[in-house]
Amino acid sequence: MEGRDFVVVKMKSGGGRTHPALRYLQRYWGLYAMLLLPIAFFVVFRYWPMINLLLAFKENNLILPVLEIPWAQPWRMYFADGSRVISLPAMANFERAINHPPFQTAFRNTIMFSILDLAVGFPAPIILALLLNELKFKKFKRITQTISYMPHFLSWIIISGMALRLFSPTVGTLNGLLESVQLFLGMEANPIPFLNSAPYWVGTVVFLGVWRSIGWNTIIYLAAITGVNPELYEAADMDGASRIRKMWHVTLPCIRPVIIVLFILAIGGMMGADFDRFVALRNPLVHSVSDVLPLYIWEWGIRQPLTGQAMATAVGLLQNSINLVILLAANYLVKFLGGQGLW
Amino acid sequence: MVENAKPAATTQKTKSRLKRATIGDWVIVVIMVALIITCIFPILNVLATSFSAPSAIMRQEVTLIPRVEVDEMRPVQRVRELGDGTYETYTTYERHLSFPVGIRTEAYQDMFLDARFMRSMGWTAILTFVFTILALAMTVLCAYPLTYDQLKGRGIITVLLIFTMYFQAGIIPNFILFNRLNMLNNPSVLILPGLISVFLMIIMRKFFLGIPDSLKESAEMDGAGPLTVLVRIYLPLSTPALATLGLMYAVGRWNGFTDALMFMAHPDAAIWHPIQLLLFNILQGQQGVETVLDPGAAAGLAHSRSVQAAAIVMAMVPILCVYPWLQKYFVSGVTLGAVKG
Repeated sequence: MEGRDFVVVKMKSGGGRTHPALRYLQRYWGLYAMLLLPIAFFVVFRYWPMINLLLAFKENNLILPVLEIPWAQPWRMYFADGSRVISLPAMANFERAINHPPFQTAFRNTIMFSILDLAVGFPAPIILALLLNELKFKKFKRITQTISYMPHFLSWIIISGMALRLFSPTVGTLNGLLESVQLFLGMEANPIPFLNSAPYWVGTVVFLGVWRSIGWNTIIYLAAITGVNPELYEAADMDGASRIRKMWHVTLPCIRPVIIVLFILAIGGMMGADFDRFVALRNPLVHSVSDVLPLYIWEWGIRQPLTGQAMATAVGLLQNSINLVILLAANYLVKFLGGQGLW
Repeated sequence: MVENAKPAATTQKTKSRLKRATIGDWVIVVIMVALIITCIFPILNVLATSFSAPSAIMRQEVTLIPRVEVDEMRPVQRVRELGDGTYETYTTYERHLSFPVGIRTEAYQDMFLDARFMRSMGWTAILTFVFTILALAMTVLCAYPLTYDQLKGRGIITVLLIFTMYFQAGIIPNFILFNRLNMLNNPSVLILPGLISVFLMIIMRKFFLGIPDSLKESAEMDGAGPLTVLVRIYLPLSTPALATLGLMYAVGRWNGFTDALMFMAHPDAAIWHPIQLLLFNILQGQQGVETVLDPGAAAGLAHSRSVQAAAIVMAMVPILCVYPWLQKYFVSGVTLGAVKG
C-alpha cells in the first residue's frame, strides 16, 4: 500500500505539496462515487426496515409511523402460586403470539419440517456426491450431473403443478400406474393420497424438497472432493482399503470442513421455512401440517393487519433472532471444538 | 491399416473399462439412472399432458407419450330379427373410441389466445430483463470498490453487508417500508428490493480479485481512475462472471412470485403480476376441487388439466431454454462462492 502511494504521488502531483488527504481523494473519489448507490440500497432496503422491527414492541397501529406508536403492555408472567410476578416491558405482542394456537401450530410445523429436511435433505447430497465421485464412466457422470441440477431451476409453483399432475388420486399419473399394478396383482385399486392427507403430504413435501436440491447441493461437495490429495487414495490402496473404506476414511474426513460449514448454515435456517414451497404445495385438506411460520406472518401481518400486524412482527423478529443465535452458537461450538467455522 | 488402428484402440479402451467395472460400479450406475428418471419424468409427464386430449388424461393414460382420443363413426354389421322369424343383416354406424399416440395443440391455442396469460408472459420477460440489467450494474458497482485496499472503511462496509446475509428485518418491516415509500402495488416493488444479493456480490468481488493487479497498476500509471479501470479492463475480462450472475438474477426473477403475492395484493395491481403468480392462481383455482375425491368434479375439469399443463410448460420453457448455458456458468459460480476468504 505504501509503495503504491509512492508511485501515485510521484506521478500525479510530481512531488508537489498537496495535502495527502486531498491527494487520496483526487485519486480515489471514484470508488466512493461508485459505492454511493449500493450503500443507499443497503441503507434503504436492508437497514431501514430494521427500525420497523420496533413494531414488535409497540401497540398495533396501522396509521401512525412506527416510531410514534406507543409502547406495548408488559408481559407479566405469574408464578404458579401467584407469589411473584415477572414483568417483561413492552413484550405483550410476544405473549399474545405464544398463546395464539395458530402460532403454536406454525411453530411446531416449522420445527418438524426443519428436522425432517435436515435428517433427509442434508446427508442426501453428500451421499450422491460420493457416489458420483466413484462413477467410472465420465461422460455418464456429466450427463447425470447436468440432469440432476435441473430441478433447482424450477420454481415451486411449477413443481407444485407437476406434483398435482403426478400425485392426484383421481387423474394423477403415479396413481394411474399404481392402479394398473394393483389390478394386475389382483388387488383392489387403492390410490395413495400423496397430497390430500396430512402424513402423506409431509412425506411428499420433504421428498420434493430433496428432489429439488439434491443435485444442486452436490456441486460444492464435488468441488471439495476434487481437492482431496490423490496420494491419500494411493496410500489407502497400498493398505488394501476397499472402496467403501476409502470413502469413509479418506474422502469424508477430507471434505469435513465443507460439510461443517454447510451444516452450520443449514441449522442457522432452522426457524425459517421456504415460503414458496409451502404456499405452493398446501391445500385445504392439510392445514394442520402445512401452516409454517412465514405463512403465519403473511396471514396475520399482511392479510389481517388490523388484529395481527404487531404480533406478526414480533413473530418475525423471534424467528430471525433464533436463527441468528443458533447460527452463532453452532459456529462458536465448531470453532471451540477446533474446526473451521464460517468466519 | 493405420487408419483402422485408431478406432480399434478406442473400442478396446471402452471395452477394457467396461470389463474392469465391478458390481459396485454397476450398482452406482443403476442408482444414477433412477435419479435421472426421477428428475426427468415429471417434466416429460407434464409435456405429454399438455399435448394430450383431455379424455386421455382423464383415463390416466398419459405417462410419457402424448395421447389423443380419436372419435370416429365406424360401419358395423348387425343382425336384426324381422317379425316373421327371418333375420336380416344391416349396416349401422357406431361411435368408436380409441386412444392412439398423437398430438393435440388445443391447450396451447387456448393459452396463446388468453390475453391475460400472454400479457403476463411478456411483462415478466421485460421485468426479468430490466431487473437483471439493473441488478448487474448495482452488484458490479458494489463489488468493484471493495476490491481496493486503498478504500477507507472497507472492513466496516463489508461487515455491515455480510450481516444482512444472516439477519434481515423480515416480511412485515419490509411491508411497512414499502407502504411508506408508496411502493406497494407498484411494479418497483418487484425490482428495487432485490437488486443486490450479497452472496452474488461476494462472488463478483472474488472474480475481480482474481484479475492480476499488474493490469490495474499499469493502467493507473497511465493516469486512469478507478472507473476507467473498471470499464476498460475489469468488465471486459469478467464476461463469464457477469453471465453467471446475470443468469442467477434472471432465473430468480423469472421464478419469483412471493413478493408479488405479498406486496401486490390489490386487484388493480393484478396487471403487474409475474407469470409465476398467475400460474399459482390457475393451479390454486383447481386445487380446492381437486382435493375432493370426486371423479365427477374432476371430469368437468378435464380440459383445464391439459390447459394447466400447457401453462406450466410455457412458464418453464424460458428456464429450460437457457439451462444449457446456465449449467456451465453456474457450477463455476457456485464453486467460486464456496471458497472461503
